[in-house]
Amino acid sequence: MTLDVSVSHRLPGFDLDVSFQAPPGVTVLFGRSGAGKTAVVNTVAGLLRPDRGRVSLDGWRWFDSENRYWLAPHKRRLGYVFQEGRLFPHLTVRQNLLYGRWFAKNTGAGESLDRVVDMLGIGALLHRRPERLSGGEKQRVAIGRALLANPKLILADEPLAALDEARKAEILPYFERLRDEVSVPILYVSHSANEVARLATTVVAIQDGKVLRQGSAAEVLSDPMVAPAGIRAVGAVLEAVVAAHHDDGLSELNAGGAALFLPRIPHETGRHMRVRIAAHEVILSRTRPQGLSALNILGGTIDQIRPGGGPGAIVSVVTPAGRILARVTRRSADALGLAEGCECYAVIKTVGIAPEDVGG
Amino acid sequence: MDWLSPQEWQAVALSLRVSFWATLVGLPFGVFVAYILARWSFPGKQVLNGLVHLPLILPPVVTGYILLMTFGTTGPVGSLLQQAGVVFAFRWTGAALAAGVMAFPLMVRAIRLSIEAVDPKLEQAAATLGAARIWVFATVTLPLILPGVVAGAILAFAKAMGEFGATITFVSNIPGQTQTLPSAVYAFLQVPGGENSAVRLVLISVAIAMAALMLSELIARRIAKRVAGR
Repeated sequence: MTLDVSVSHRLPGFDLDVSFQAPPGVTVLFGRSGAGKTAVVNTVAGLLRPDRGRVSLDGWRWFDSENRYWLAPHKRRLGYVFQEGRLFPHLTVRQNLLYGRWFAKNTGAGESLDRVVDMLGIGALLHRRPERLSGGEKQRVAIGRALLANPKLILADEPLAALDEARKAEILPYFERLRDEVSVPILYVSHSANEVARLATTVVAIQDGKVLRQGSAAEVLSDPMVAPAGIRAVGAVLEAVVAAHHDDGLSELNAGGAALFLPRIPHETGRHMRVRIAAHEVILSRTRPQGLSALNILGGTIDQIRPGGGPGAIVSVVTPAGRILARVTRRSADALGLAEGCECYAVIKTVGIAPEDVGG
Repeated sequence: MDWLSPQEWQAVALSLRVSFWATLVGLPFGVFVAYILARWSFPGKQVLNGLVHLPLILPPVVTGYILLMTFGTTGPVGSLLQQAGVVFAFRWTGAALAAGVMAFPLMVRAIRLSIEAVDPKLEQAAATLGAARIWVFATVTLPLILPGVVAGAILAFAKAMGEFGATITFVSNIPGQTQTLPSAVYAFLQVPGGENSAVRLVLISVAIAMAALMLSELIARRIAKRVAGR
């Protein structure tokens, strides 16, 4: 299942002009707020009819301005998880969950209510009204409702943005399970780099209504050319396997042969993980540092230095564990004589790797 | 009922019947027009809005006369309907039509306000879940606006109970046929010794109006509670 989108539309303030493909898995539309991400998703959903372009899912035409063809949203077989939940206030949780199912009853077997309720842990809420749910519970019900509509495509527009950090940490794993256990492609809007790092199979970076770059999470996030969500979101994504849990509260990961120590994570050994390392948490050194408290020191070669706006620069270092980005000041880059092709060491504090940046 | 003369009793019963049918038949139209005014945009929307509200602003006598010209047996619509066996002029059905037309703006207003209070984002969500427009209306919009629909219906019923000018112009004041409660009060006040009858009808009128208002409050509160899910 591949979603093909190529649309242009005049929005107040700027022109939307995007074209991308969303292959199976999670495709994250990534960019600052106001970049036009929601307009893109609403175009795919049929809630916004763009001026020009085409939208199709595996050759199934949804919109084609040349033939003036437009398929109404209710015929597109979607599951849309909105930022603010949008549960029906007059229906119970159970009725909300089954709402889409009722309209999809002739479309073959989909997920069963029991399995979805079990997966999302909402069994105790079935007879409540949305009003009596917490923010996190509402979002879980909204995910279940989208899933039970037996969709061909799941859309999620910043589904975690209205939640606090604790609730975000509670909901994100459900999207990881969706990606791994449900075969339906997911188009997911986010401005958060750690959501991208953890979820994305494909990232489409969007800025001012245009596609800046499309690729895997590791490629796009570690490309210093791409800083669409602001410089502080820049960071590398390493693929690693949980190697051991130590008694002193640390977990050891194996990233391409190099050991990486992080605060204890709740995943069993042998599990494949993605770890986002924010560029501003990385220190560079020309020589292997001695007598340093940081546990993670990775040697590598500089392949790119890109000055940012302001006093900083992004230095990209290729290490055995993967590419690491470091944000340093231009002054220290000059003082150290950093240049492309230089050998250097990237130093990462263990506690600098935040739990929300580690996921399966 | 010994305390009401047959003529008084007839007037009360007729008014209840006229108002009941005026409200019931007007309601689907009222919901439809309110929905159009609240949710659609099309050329001529302001004209429709004006037409709906016209009976509220025109002198009732004028509305009654327009109805007589249109729905009278020689009028363009009335003569057509007569061939189909439907007659409004000088029948209780005509009184119901007049009451319905006069009450329509109030009904539409109440329902329109409640539709505008429904978040269109909920309707969008229903559409993405596979609901066609008519189902979105039936399963999301309508349940959420029920308090407004009930309020509009009761308001229309009360207005229909009190309608006088358009009714008497359109269908006259025939005891047992078209003499509604307000027409009867007027008729009794025109004859010597009719005051006692008039006062009795006035008291009944006040009682019915109060009961309608309290009932609407009660129902609206019940539904609002259910809709909000408390």
